[in-house]
Amino acid sequence: MAADSYEDVVKNKESIPALEVAPQDLYHAKSFWTKYIFCQDAKVIGIQYGLTAVAIGLVGLVSSWLMRMQIAFPGFIPMDAAQYYQLVTMHGMIMVVYLLTALFLGGFGNYLIPLMVGARDMVFPYVNMVSFWVFFLAVIILASSYFVPGGPTGAGWTLYPPQAITSGTPGGDGLGIVLMLVSLAVFVIGFTMGGLNYVITVLQARTRGMTLMRLPLTVWGIFTATVLALFAFPALFVAGIMMTLDNMLGTSFFMPAIIQFGEKLTHEGGSPILFQHLFWFFGHPEVYIVALPAFGIVSDLISVHARKNIFGYRMMVWAIVIIGGLSFVVWAHHMYVAGMNPWFGFFFATTTLIIAVPTAIKVYNWVLTLWRGNIKLTLPMLFSIAFIITFVNGGLTGLFLGNVAVDVPLSDTYFVVAHFHMVMGIAPVLVILGSVYHWFPLITGRFLNERLGKIHFWVTFIGSYSIYFPMHYLGFMGVTRRYFEVFEGEAFTYSITGINQFITVAALVTGAAQFLFIYNIIVSSKFGKKAGKNPWKACSLEWRTKDVPPTHGNFDKELPVVYRWAYDYSVPGADEDYITQDTPPSAVANARAEQT
Amino acid sequence: MFVVLLVLIVILGSVVFHMVSPWWWSEIASNWVGMDDTIILTFWITGAVFVAIGLFMAYCIWKFRYDKDKKAEYEPENSKLEWTLTILTTIGVIALLAPGLIVWNNFVTVPKGAYEIEVVGQQWGWMYRLPGKDGVLGTTSIKNIDDDNPFGLNTDDPYSLDDVLVDADDLHILIDRPLKLNLRALDVLHDFYVPQFRAKMDMVPGTITYYWFTPIKTGEYEILCAEYCGTGHYAMLGYVYVDEQKEYDEWVDEQMTFEEVLASNGKSDLIKIALNKKNDL
Ligand code: HEM
Ligand SMILES: [Cu+2]
Ligand SMILES: [Cu+2]
Repeated sequence: MAADSYEDVVKNKESIPALEVAPQDLYHAKSFWTKYIFCQDAKVIGIQYGLTAVAIGLVGLVSSWLMRMQIAFPGFIPMDAAQYYQLVTMHGMIMVVYLLTALFLGGFGNYLIPLMVGARDMVFPYVNMVSFWVFFLAVIILASSYFVPGGPTGAGWTLYPPQAITSGTPGGDGLGIVLMLVSLAVFVIGFTMGGLNYVITVLQARTRGMTLMRLPLTVWGIFTATVLALFAFPALFVAGIMMTLDNMLGTSFFMPAIIQFGEKLTHEGGSPILFQHLFWFFGHPEVYIVALPAFGIVSDLISVHARKNIFGYRMMVWAIVIIGGLSFVVWAHHMYVAGMNPWFGFFFATTTLIIAVPTAIKVYNWVLTLWRGNIKLTLPMLFSIAFIITFVNGGLTGLFLGNVAVDVPLSDTYFVVAHFHMVMGIAPVLVILGSVYHWFPLITGRFLNERLGKIHFWVTFIGSYSIYFPMHYLGFMGVTRRYFEVFEGEAFTYSITGINQFITVAALVTGAAQFLFIYNIIVSSKFGKKAGKNPWKACSLEWRTKDVPPTHGNFDKELPVVYRWAYDYSVPGADEDYITQDTPPSAVANARAEQT
Repeated sequence: MFVVLLVLIVILGSVVFHMVSPWWWSEIASNWVGMDDTIILTFWITGAVFVAIGLFMAYCIWKFRYDKDKKAEYEPENSKLEWTLTILTTIGVIALLAPGLIVWNNFVTVPKGAYEIEVVGQQWGWMYRLPGKDGVLGTTSIKNIDDDNPFGLNTDDPYSLDDVLVDADDLHILIDRPLKLNLRALDVLHDFYVPQFRAKMDMVPGTITYYWFTPIKTGEYEILCAEYCGTGHYAMLGYVYVDEQKEYDEWVDEQMTFEEVLASNGKSDLIKIALNKKNDL
């Protein structure tokens, strides 16, 4: 875009900034292999990412069932402590990294970014294709750890040394931990290829007129999350390599002198807390890597289905950016009781509670978007409403845990388990579900079945809330997490057996509903009701493609030119209750749009 | 419109659950009432926000439900409203943070008169060490650990000999006296946690961590390991007994000092070296 383009478009309404570079030819696939397997089209890559993430995610889901069975009905499914800890670990890691991160950035990022910014594809399609296959390899390595002697690692998803690489932990003295670390390293390599693509595409490949402040919030969320990931994952990468060296070559980055089961190990002088700093320097931003795309997407869902502009767009953009920045200076709130210098507590509690302010603003603006809207209770809207409640709940319990003194009694209890599932487990998943209902008509040209969708919604929302809301109260009593046998501790004021059984039943039902959802996807992609073009009457560019579903190259011969932001819903004076981003002002002469 | 009902049920149901829940923290047995109070304060503030947002949302969903003859309002921004909300939120956050930091300040500042006990964690059990008559814990090293010296005390440290060694999962402590726990781990991370005391801190091999508290109620309390430490984590339990002075003294008398342990293992030569060092002081 030319330097004065923004002014041109705003002031002279119709004028269009000149092209900076000539349009480039796309790579056109010729064989089955290059079209569907080693495909360079971001849309196909997005779907490949999505399907792979969901496939391994199902392993994570079934793991959670098995854990819940052990907690509530011990003995019903035979398992020993080692297996239980392997389930916990694989469940946690799969859900956070291989499901949610891959799905939001690799899946939604690939599918939506080029379409929403008005590009024909990612800027580096070949690297993009390689990125997926490297991710696929990471998943294979992860899955292979189930089949090695000793099984996968049971170190907890936090992989804290010395425990992670010593013999008291399942997989600690075998291949389990090695494969986990290798898989993560491969994941980071694959992600970096994809991530650079997403960032550069957003910065360089936007169509004419698409200024940064006209981007849909979905793109802002995914873009910022990707930037965070590019800074955060290297910390995990180096920590993983250092731990592998400690494990295989006997270095002592994280290993002090220790004596285990009467035997002195050869390490000396390393610091286990150093690992924790590296891990959480990745791990905290990771929370936002999952949350920011969800924030962005849900903003768009709410706006489209409430037929109203997102309230306070600029504030929303700044909130995303500020949250992203702050997320790098709060990591040690996961370490208040980890034995670091206690004075750090003051600093990290303060930064952590500061993050609450931009986060709260986002919540207010979602709710204020509903205010005086014209709300259609479609499935995407229902899931968005469920997201807001879940996220508010999980965000508020974060104020307990972030406030260092309150964290002391609560950390490492089920309160923490409830909190992080609400805020980074259930809330983002609800957004994912809502957005599948929203974009399915774009991807396949058909709607998902509404009746099945309603059942899916009710069971998922009520079910997941029933799982996690009561769980906080176990935490208040002091029920510690990562316990193979959950027993009636003497400090507990009331039996925990009944409530644990209730939670387990809720978890089984909630999980089962997801299979209904998958069934719905399979059936509807063939037999669903035809959707046609832009069925939700949305403003953003992904609905303005030449064909639906969009084909190779996305748009018609000419790329769309953008004249307005993505939220011109219910503009006074306009005939329709939406004006798409590529509608020139002359075509809606009576509309009194304020925002550009 | 069922969804309006759903939102109401979830919001109000949460409040009702909170009020009737029999699952609540046990009566506190330490001085950390400030932690409980901060939680209660946080509950009031966050609870109010939760209910307010939930009810407002239910109202909006009901009031502004779709009507094809109506149009939504077009109001991209309202900076006055946005700033008001920002400032109110900031005030709420400060109201939470300030008391929290005061309690934390108390938690990390050990009072002068506190006596010390060392807690040692290893897979998967506890051990304890009291400083003995001289009131000072002798220095230790992982290198010294063997069957005769499970704590790894430095035999040439004059403060070591009178240390009282408790190689068992149960600990006795004194009521109403501030106590500083020095936390040590021999193999992996552990965490010494008694729910009724509220306090916890990880034990990290390679360094010594600590926390302090004052027990305010006699009785028997269960210890739970709160940091994942391998396959036996869930079974790493024990008991703390909060005693009056008399019972406490009786218990201490039953335990062996390091000197006694060495003597019973026939290491009188080591005792001599240590005693000489002590005389040099
Ligand atoms: C039906 C849904 C789910 C159920 C029933 C469930 C259940 C569980 C259970 C029982 C634990 C063990 C808690 C403990 O003892 O510490 C756990 C841990 C965990 N879950 Fe989930 N979970 C679900 C979904 C998710 C999702 C969507 C995420 C994504 C963020 C997630 C992330 C984690 C993490 C990070 C851990 C910690 C693992 C560890 O302690 O190492 N879970 N979950
Ligand atoms: Cu964090
Ligand atoms: Cu433990």
